[in-house]
Formats: sequence, C-alpha cells, structure tokens
Amino acid sequence: MAGYLARRLAMTGLTVFLALTFMFGVLHMAGDPVLLLVPVDSSPEYIERMRVQWGFADPLWVQYARFIGHAAVGDFGTSLKYNLPALTLVLERLPATGLLTLASMVIAVALGVPLGFLAAVRSGRLSDRLSTVGSVLGQSIPSFWLGLLLILVFSVTLGVLPTGGMGTFRQLILPSLTLGLYSLGRVVKLTRSSVLEVLRADFVRTARAKGLREWVVLYRHVLKNAAIPIVTIIGLQMGGLIGGAIVVETIFAWPGLGRLIVQSIQFRDFPTALAAVFFTAVSVSLMNLIVDLLYGLLNPRIVYE
Amino acid sequence: MSDRADASKDSAARAAAPFPPRRRWTVRLHDTGAVWGIAAGLFLLLEACLALGAPLLTGYDPLRGDLERRLLAPGAAGHLLGTDQLGRDLLARMLYGARISLVVGVVAVAVAGTVGVVAGLMMAFRGGWLDSIGSRLVDVQLSFPFMALALSIAAVLGASLTGIIVTLAISSWVLYARLVRGETLGMKQQEFVEAARTLGAPRWRILARHVLPNVLGPAIALGSLEAGRLIVAEASLSFLGYGIQPPLAAWGNMLAEGKNYMARAWWLTVLPGVAISLTCLSTTVLGDWLTDVLDPRRRR
Repeated sequence: MAGYLARRLAMTGLTVFLALTFMFGVLHMAGDPVLLLVPVDSSPEYIERMRVQWGFADPLWVQYARFIGHAAVGDFGTSLKYNLPALTLVLERLPATGLLTLASMVIAVALGVPLGFLAAVRSGRLSDRLSTVGSVLGQSIPSFWLGLLLILVFSVTLGVLPTGGMGTFRQLILPSLTLGLYSLGRVVKLTRSSVLEVLRADFVRTARAKGLREWVVLYRHVLKNAAIPIVTIIGLQMGGLIGGAIVVETIFAWPGLGRLIVQSIQFRDFPTALAAVFFTAVSVSLMNLIVDLLYGLLNPRIVYE
Repeated sequence: MSDRADASKDSAARAAAPFPPRRRWTVRLHDTGAVWGIAAGLFLLLEACLALGAPLLTGYDPLRGDLERRLLAPGAAGHLLGTDQLGRDLLARMLYGARISLVVGVVAVAVAGTVGVVAGLMMAFRGGWLDSIGSRLVDVQLSFPFMALALSIAAVLGASLTGIIVTLAISSWVLYARLVRGETLGMKQQEFVEAARTLGAPRWRILARHVLPNVLGPAIALGSLEAGRLIVAEASLSFLGYGIQPPLAAWGNMLAEGKNYMARAWWLTVLPGVAISLTCLSTTVLGDWLTDVLDPRRRR
C-alpha cells in the first residue's frame, strides 16, 4: 500500500511537471508579453530594456530553467498584470472555485444518483425513458448557453436572482446550477448503467430467491456494489467541473480560478497562467488518486501493491 | 438509448445457438436505439444540406446589416428569425454559422481520429519506450482541463478556422490513442492475430488486415460522440473570443454578441444555442447507437 502510494505520488509529480513544461512551451510560443505591457508609443530601446529587465531576452531554456527552479520552491513569479505574486493571486481565487465545484457536485450527485438508480430499477418504464432522454439532452446543452438561458429566465425576465458576482448565497445558485446540470446527465447515465449491471448479477438473484425484502436487496446488495463505478465518475467529473468552471465563471463573473486562467492567457500574464495551471493539474491528479484509493475501500477485492 | 431488456433477450438467444449468427444490418423498428440513431444521422445530413445550400435558401447576406432594421423580432418584415443588433438577418447568420460548426466537427474529428488511431496502434504494437512515453503523454494530457489546454493552444495559433481545428485536434487525439491502444493490446493475445503471425504475415499486414478493422468500429463511434463535444468546444472558444472572430458568423460568437441584448432581443440568446444543442444532441444519439452497433463487445 505504502509502495503503491509512493509510486502514484511520484507519477502525479511527474504529470504535473510535464504539464507545466508543456504549458510553458505553449505560452512562450504565443508571443512576448512585453509589447502588451509597455505604452503604445514606447521607443524600441525602451521595449528592449524592459525585455531584458523582465528576463524575456534570455534564451528560452534559460527562462525555463529559471522558472522550474523557482516553481520548485513555490515561487511562480510576479503577475505581469496585477504586480502581485502569482501564487497569492491563485490562492486567493482557489476557495471561490472550490465552493462553486463543490456546490455543483452536490447538485449533480444529490439529483443524479437517485434518478439513475430509479431509472435502472424501473428499467424500460416511462420514468426510465424520461430520465434517459433527460440525461442525453442535459449532456448536449453547452454549459455556457445553459448559463445564458438561466440568466435570461431568472435574472432578466423574472428578476429574482442576480446575474453574477459572488458573496451571497443567491449569487451561488445560478452558476452552481449551470455547472451541476452539466454533470447531472453523465451521473444519471452512469449510475443507471452500473446499477443495471449489478441487477443482472447472480448474487442479486440469490438474495431475492432467499426471500429478502426488495429494499434490502436494493440497498445492501445493489447500491453498495454499484457504488464503485459511480464513485469513479464522480471523481472524474470533478476534473471536468474544474475545466467547465472556466466558461461558467466567465459568464457569471465568478472570481475563481477559471476566470483567472482566461484573463491571464488573454493578457499573456505567464506567471499567473502557469501558477493557475499548476493548481488545476495538481487538483485533477490528486482527485484521480483519491478516486483510485476509494476504489480499494469500496471493493475489498482490489489490493494495491 | 438502446432497449436493454430487449438486448439481453437477444443475447440469450444467440448464446444458445451453436454459432453466433452473422452480423445483420437490417434495422428492426422496435429497436428504439436504431430508430433514434438513424433519425439523428438524417438530421445531421439535413443540417449539412441547409448549410451548403445557404445561399439558395436565404436572400440575405450574413455579414451585411441594415441599421434601420435592428433587433427585429422573429417573423417581422420578412425576417423569419428576426435580426441582430446590426440589422443582420438571424436565419442567414445561423445557416452560414452551421458551415463553421460542421466543418470544425468533421475535420477536427478526422484529424484527431487519424492521429490517435495510428498512435494507439503503434504504441500497442511496438511497446517498449514508445509505449511508455506515449502512455505518459496521454495521462498528462487527460489530467489537464480540456478548456485550459484549448485556450492556451488557441492563444498561440491565433483565432482562425484552421487554428481552431488544429487546437481541437491537439486537445482530443489522446482519447482515440487510449481507446485504440487498449483494444489492440487485448487483441494481440487473441487467436486470430496469433494465427496470422504463425502463418508468417508481416507486422504491417497483421495491423492493417486483422487489427485495424476491429478497432475502427469503436473509434468511429467515439468520433461521432466527439464531434458534438468539439462543436460545443468551438462554440465555447468563439464565445470567449478565442475562436471565430466577428463579423464572421459562428454560433458561439453570435451568442457572445447577442447576450448583450438579452433584455431586448431574447432570440439572439436563445436560437443559436438551440442550433448548437440540437447538433450536439444528434451526434451524441448517433454515437450511442454506433457504439452499440460497432463495438464488438457490445454486439455479443
């Protein structure tokens, strides 16, 4: 177990390192941020001086080595736009995105697992058909459009909820609903198919044959065994949610990591973009690791070596 | 969407037969998955015809507006779907916008699929360092939020149709590589591959004649599912300003512009989104059905 954990953590570290390297390369190919930072009428000499001062005149590998060296001790440099440490900026935004993804996940799981379970148990009947159609529909609606529609209905037409910002509970409703409904379809679909799989298993037939009450069969035998794939998808959805948050945060002016990524890429604010990417890659990788460990807890047949 | 109860009855009947029956391509009408899948395919075909025939279907220029006819409601003065903030006909812009969405969906999936399938085959068959490096690359890319990756690549490549297609292809080829690698690894152990190798078939022949046809089905099904996701991704990128730039009509940037007039002109916010959703819905339904039909494991 300890060996497995150590190996997985090393892999996570390698993944994050490669992700940062890749991102560094891509961003530096996107062009020099100096031209965006100096006044429009700057002289070529001034631009050159700034380039040297900010270190953009060095060869790329020197810049890269400097970046990795500093990043290894948690220093991602100073934001070119806000003139604050990039790490501070990102850490400030982290709770907002955490709150948003958590609220969305709660919506998706609290609605999705019971709906999917019900659909599987009542397989083939109207409620199953409806939830299947609903989940396919839900997956096809782009989250940014869903967000716009919710604003159109609840903010513009009915005027009951604010269009954006963060601070009150009412401001959390629309963004978390947008992001949550986006995952809902997938959670319903996966819950349904994994419960259906378990329902066909021999031990369920045995449980019924020995006369157990239906809810005991469903709870003790079906739900517990179906939980494994459900936990996986919930974990993987977290990664998707963090990505989805990029668009949703922009629409609702939610001051989270996603919006910071969009803005920093736009302004060629390399240090901030890299720090933000670092934290997303770390959270997604750790999430995957946690899911794999939960797997072992839920299914004693899996042994990590 | 397939009828599970029906499918299980079917497989029980097949298991009882001494030999599995030959694959049948006839569609039974009570097979709801097939009916919906084919309907979705026909809808996409219709949409492609509408996009191609846009100049014949509307007399309006998608780029030229009439400022005296700004924000007209649907149905007003010969504008079936109304006009936008510059007095441009919304129907014309949506028809021309369909071209962008469909081209992006088809070309990006074709590029990503080809690269991914070849990479997956190579990784599984060569093994060794190629497989280790490839698999690691796949893992890295998958632990990266798709939008963050697409945004940064789009920032490099610039906002153009080619840029968007390359961006989406780079962001999604790993899915095919992972799928094909897994399928191929499983197939390498099977008797028919072993038999071909024993008979002295060269590696390329085994790959092309025995492995590729078997992995192509699942890859095509994935491609159909992916087409919808990439169309939505293009719309999202255009919406954020990294994709197709105004005044060109793309569903995503139409929404980005239209949202500013939400209170006065709901149709600018609603209608392009309906088009995106219907397109994505169709590719998803088609892809689900294709997965059922083309995936050898599900065909049992």
